[in-house]
Amino acid sequence: MTDLTSAAPLLEVEDLRVHFHTPRGAVEAVRGLSFTLGRERLGIVGESGSGKSQTGRAILGLTAGNGRITAKTLRFQGQDLLSLSPKQWRAVRGARMSMIMQDPKYSLNPVMTVGDQIVEAYRQHHRVSAAEARLRALAMLARVKIRDPERVFATYPHEVSGGMGQRIMIAMMLIPEPDLIIADEPTSALDVTVRLQVLAILDDLVRERGMALIFISHDLPLVSSFCDRILVMYKGRVVEDLKASELHAARHPYTQGLLGCLPKLDQRQETLPVLRRDPRWEHGTLEEVTR
Amino acid sequence: MTGRAEQGGPETVRPSRSGARQASPGRIRLKRAGMMALRTLGSLAVTFLGLLIITFLIGRVLPIDPVLAAVGDRAPADVYDRVYHEMGLHLPLYQQFFDYVMRVFQGDFGTSVLTSRPVLDDIVRVFPATLELATIATILGVLLGVPMGVLAAVHRGRWPDHCVRVLGLFGYSLPVFWLGLVGLLLFYMKLDWVGGPGRLDAAMEDFFEPVTGLILVDALLQGDMEVFRNAVSHITLPAALLAYFSLAYIARMTRSFMLEQLAQEYVLTARVKGVSEARVIWRHALGNVMVPLITVIALSYAHLLEGSVLTETVFAWPGLGSYITSSLLNADMNAVLGGTIIVGGVFIGINLLSDLLYRLFDPRARR
Repeated sequence: MTDLTSAAPLLEVEDLRVHFHTPRGAVEAVRGLSFTLGRERLGIVGESGSGKSQTGRAILGLTAGNGRITAKTLRFQGQDLLSLSPKQWRAVRGARMSMIMQDPKYSLNPVMTVGDQIVEAYRQHHRVSAAEARLRALAMLARVKIRDPERVFATYPHEVSGGMGQRIMIAMMLIPEPDLIIADEPTSALDVTVRLQVLAILDDLVRERGMALIFISHDLPLVSSFCDRILVMYKGRVVEDLKASELHAARHPYTQGLLGCLPKLDQRQETLPVLRRDPRWEHGTLEEVTR
Repeated sequence: MTGRAEQGGPETVRPSRSGARQASPGRIRLKRAGMMALRTLGSLAVTFLGLLIITFLIGRVLPIDPVLAAVGDRAPADVYDRVYHEMGLHLPLYQQFFDYVMRVFQGDFGTSVLTSRPVLDDIVRVFPATLELATIATILGVLLGVPMGVLAAVHRGRWPDHCVRVLGLFGYSLPVFWLGLVGLLLFYMKLDWVGGPGRLDAAMEDFFEPVTGLILVDALLQGDMEVFRNAVSHITLPAALLAYFSLAYIARMTRSFMLEQLAQEYVLTARVKGVSEARVIWRHALGNVMVPLITVIALSYAHLLEGSVLTETVFAWPGLGSYITSSLLNADMNAVLGGTIIVGGVFIGINLLSDLLYRLFDPRARR
């Protein structure tokens, strides 16, 4: 892996827009999103429908059939993603950027063994024998702290629990050693008890391999503890871009509102404040709405 | 990040049903397979018994006097009484049923009034004709229908989809006898590409000695290529016709199953991994489509195995469908009930087969 932090950023996004053509007219899910990403951990937060998941998919070129992506710039490691052929895309996806999905119950193929799915991810990008790919997959399963990799290798997704399924997902998506990993709500479907454990495994691997991470979540405190930088999205736009450590000093009323809605353990609150939405948030810049 | 869990937390592969982790997996699997086979056999026996009860009751409920059917309506009263007793009709119903079951298990379905031969002999003669036709039609229907359905789903709303849908619509709406007659007129009478009605040319039929009754198989076994070619030319048109109908059904169902599967998350996962679109469709999605598709194919096959009366009539095909129909029209109850038991048995067999295939294709069904 070459060090790119000093040179060009890993990912440059400028004015990204995702439209969907529906029978009831066009819907703009992402409206002019811009950011650059180095080898860092970026959190994207927002409520449902804010366009955070669509941003992740657009970066991977996997917007659903009726959607269209436009952008002034969409560049990954200096390569223009908008002009890639399907074949070039396949060399990028998995190998150089990958995504961890929300719920292993649906995101793993139910009729293929866990091992076959991991091996497939590896052999898609590395010309190795089946036996070697198997060894790699077993080692990767051990890396995500699965105790009996041999046995888990031969199981089917319905035979493992959610926490284990998500660790399998992490193993599968990290085995080709991508440079960028997009985690789309990776722990939302999990029990609170295994959530931290899965996050810790992800955190370890991302640090160890020096990968960049885009962490998509609606959980503001989680994102702030896990990431270096946070983008707050509202209705398809970034309304605030701030360092995770400076979250408490957020200026945008939406971010402040989100923070205000969270219950605090050390203060007694009879009622939690409700977010009062301002129509100006939809179009106004940070300066305009804080005036 | 706090709360690092080095110990790995609860390790959670769900224990297998037997719960005996110490026993070797091979033995557990064997034991489980044995249990499953027993359970399947049990349910098969119950289903078959139900089938026998129904056929037996139908035979008793219908306003057709089996004695009259045997002796004719001009027989004197003493002959009638003698036959009545010979048939055991004076015995209580449960006794009659028991005798009936025993006879069925000995392969005795009684004698056909129409052909004056044992019903079983008749069925052994007509069933292979239907089996041959239904099997070829189903194989063709699956080989063409599944890829067509997949293509239609993948190119949803574009021309391949429209073609498949129009083809399917014709398959659904054209009456088979009309299509069969037009087919015969065009390909047999005008173009002379295929053989006419019947399973073989009349001249050949007299010389040919069937073994299994499946003419194509018999001809191959005997190395008689002339008969084989002739049989192929005769079966082509009716098989293509039935294949077309099962294709229309299979393609339509494949299309809708495929659309459902392509919208699943694991398909996105495969694409994220960089898997080629062909592999996403034919390995990942189709692997899951096969599960519900088994039922569809099995139903379509079982339906064809009942014998398709219209097709068999148009093509003078001596199959099960025309046999049962003509027996029914002539009030030949032994033949009708014997045929019904065979059809029911075929359904039970196909269900068993699709159960087994389910386990093959769906790991979730193996428990």
